[in-house]
Amino acid sequence: MYYVELMINGLLVGILYSLIALGFVLIYKASDVINFAQGELVMFAGYVLAASLQLYGFPLALAIVLGFSSMIILGYAIERVVLQHLIGRPAVAVIMATIGLAAFLQGLAPFLWGPETKNLPLPIPEGPVFLGPILFSQIEIYAALLALVCFGLFGLFFTKSRMGLALRAIADDQQVSQAMGINVKLYFALAWGLAGTVAAVGGLVWGNLLGVDVQLALVGLKVFPVVILGGLDSIVGAMVGGLIIGVVESIAAGFIDPLVGGGTKDFTPYILMILVLMIRPYGLFGKEQIERV
Amino acid sequence: MLTLNNIEVIFDNIILVLKGVFLQVDQGKIVTLVGSNGAGKTTTLKSISGLIKTERGRVTRGSIELDGHRLDRIDPSAIVKLGVAQVFEGRRVFEHLTVRENLLVGAHTQSNLSQIRQDIERIFNYFPRLAERVNVKAGYISGGEQQMLAIGRGLMSRPRLLLLDEPSLGLAPLLVEEIFSILKRLNQEEGLTILLVEQNVTMALAIADEGSVMENGKIVLSGPAEKLRGNDDIKEFYLGLSEVGTKKSYRDVKHYRRRKRWLS
Repeated sequence: MYYVELMINGLLVGILYSLIALGFVLIYKASDVINFAQGELVMFAGYVLAASLQLYGFPLALAIVLGFSSMIILGYAIERVVLQHLIGRPAVAVIMATIGLAAFLQGLAPFLWGPETKNLPLPIPEGPVFLGPILFSQIEIYAALLALVCFGLFGLFFTKSRMGLALRAIADDQQVSQAMGINVKLYFALAWGLAGTVAAVGGLVWGNLLGVDVQLALVGLKVFPVVILGGLDSIVGAMVGGLIIGVVESIAAGFIDPLVGGGTKDFTPYILMILVLMIRPYGLFGKEQIERV
Repeated sequence: MLTLNNIEVIFDNIILVLKGVFLQVDQGKIVTLVGSNGAGKTTTLKSISGLIKTERGRVTRGSIELDGHRLDRIDPSAIVKLGVAQVFEGRRVFEHLTVRENLLVGAHTQSNLSQIRQDIERIFNYFPRLAERVNVKAGYISGGEQQMLAIGRGLMSRPRLLLLDEPSLGLAPLLVEEIFSILKRLNQEEGLTILLVEQNVTMALAIADEGSVMENGKIVLSGPAEKLRGNDDIKEFYLGLSEVGTKKSYRDVKHYRRRKRWLS
């Protein structure tokens, strides 16, 4: 029973990892940019939300509107101001730019709103509940539901809407997409705006769970094992990868932590990541190379 | 309709690929551009559709005009809206999208949804094979079907001028004939103007009204298609026939190689 509980808690945390990975995948899929600043975007979103609530005393609804709109604008602006000029440059230049961006956001947030940890209270009943014999944290259940809704909406967006279709076409072949009249640069910026939206959801949920300070950006580190396991360009992969990483680290921590005194959670995802890189480097759901025979 | 006026194209600021190309495409005509590998045919098409800009190429001299609009100064997406569609060499369908989704992406510049639906039906009418595979991922359909899809996708933007880059590449002769006859139908029934780049000179000159021969970044010969079909140089160098119209014997090649008259 203990392990079932560990597993379910792993799933609940895992879907939140998936949520952060989703933002990463959106950008990689559309524009082939590896974004090392996804965790920082989540942190920045948390800062905007917590600062609106705590420092300025705005009501929650207004704070959420502010948080989302500023993240969409930030994502869009990052693309337009920084990355647009790096199109066609070597991948290393782009990676360095996103790392620089990460450092910039790490400095900017505490500079604007102070380095101390802030709470991000949400009107969700605290404390654990028993569902049957298993103990749940209520906030994690709500957070997981919110994450699932996000995945559902993005799934619909990519399969049913024309914008989503255009983004998938760009992911397949940029030059041909351009020949179809798609303004590729605009869609890159759109992808960053979407990633900003996802970061805002992440900031809301993770900020509530962990509190908001610079350390919040560390959740971004979990993105890499998740996307490498799931496949860099797969939305389903981000979801499944997050769930697997969540379960593995939760169960590993349940097994090994009592023996060694903690810390297992922090490194097991990376062991898994290295194994995946050795065995199946494109991940579980990475883009299949279609070959006609 | 389309005029290329002495254009010069340079890649990376240093590589001169087109060295003064004149080309005139009249409304409702099929014009073909033939030539060997590396002659600059694809570059010519890409300078019309504006895609050389994505490959760090530039039109540095001359002008490209479509009904009075300068194409060499605007973005590829704006050129599509003016009614020019390019079908790429090697098909380049979106492999991970279904046949229907490929067509929908082709209609990206169109906003009228019921018209888009009608256009899809119209394309299925020309290419009935696509209708059978409508929900299959384009990466899994056959080469001929992919070429049909590439053409259909190009038509979805309702172009007046279709730029076709080697539609016969890698296809069986029967399929090539099928596709070329559909192109001829599109030209006659819908008044679609076509600029066709081909290596299969026989097929190209068979459906075209006019033709131009390109070599080394220049147009070296142009005229009505039937006249080109009878031209001795074309026969010798592109159709593989000797002067009397019989099959060429390789024994003769050793002793005598015809001089290209346009070089003198």
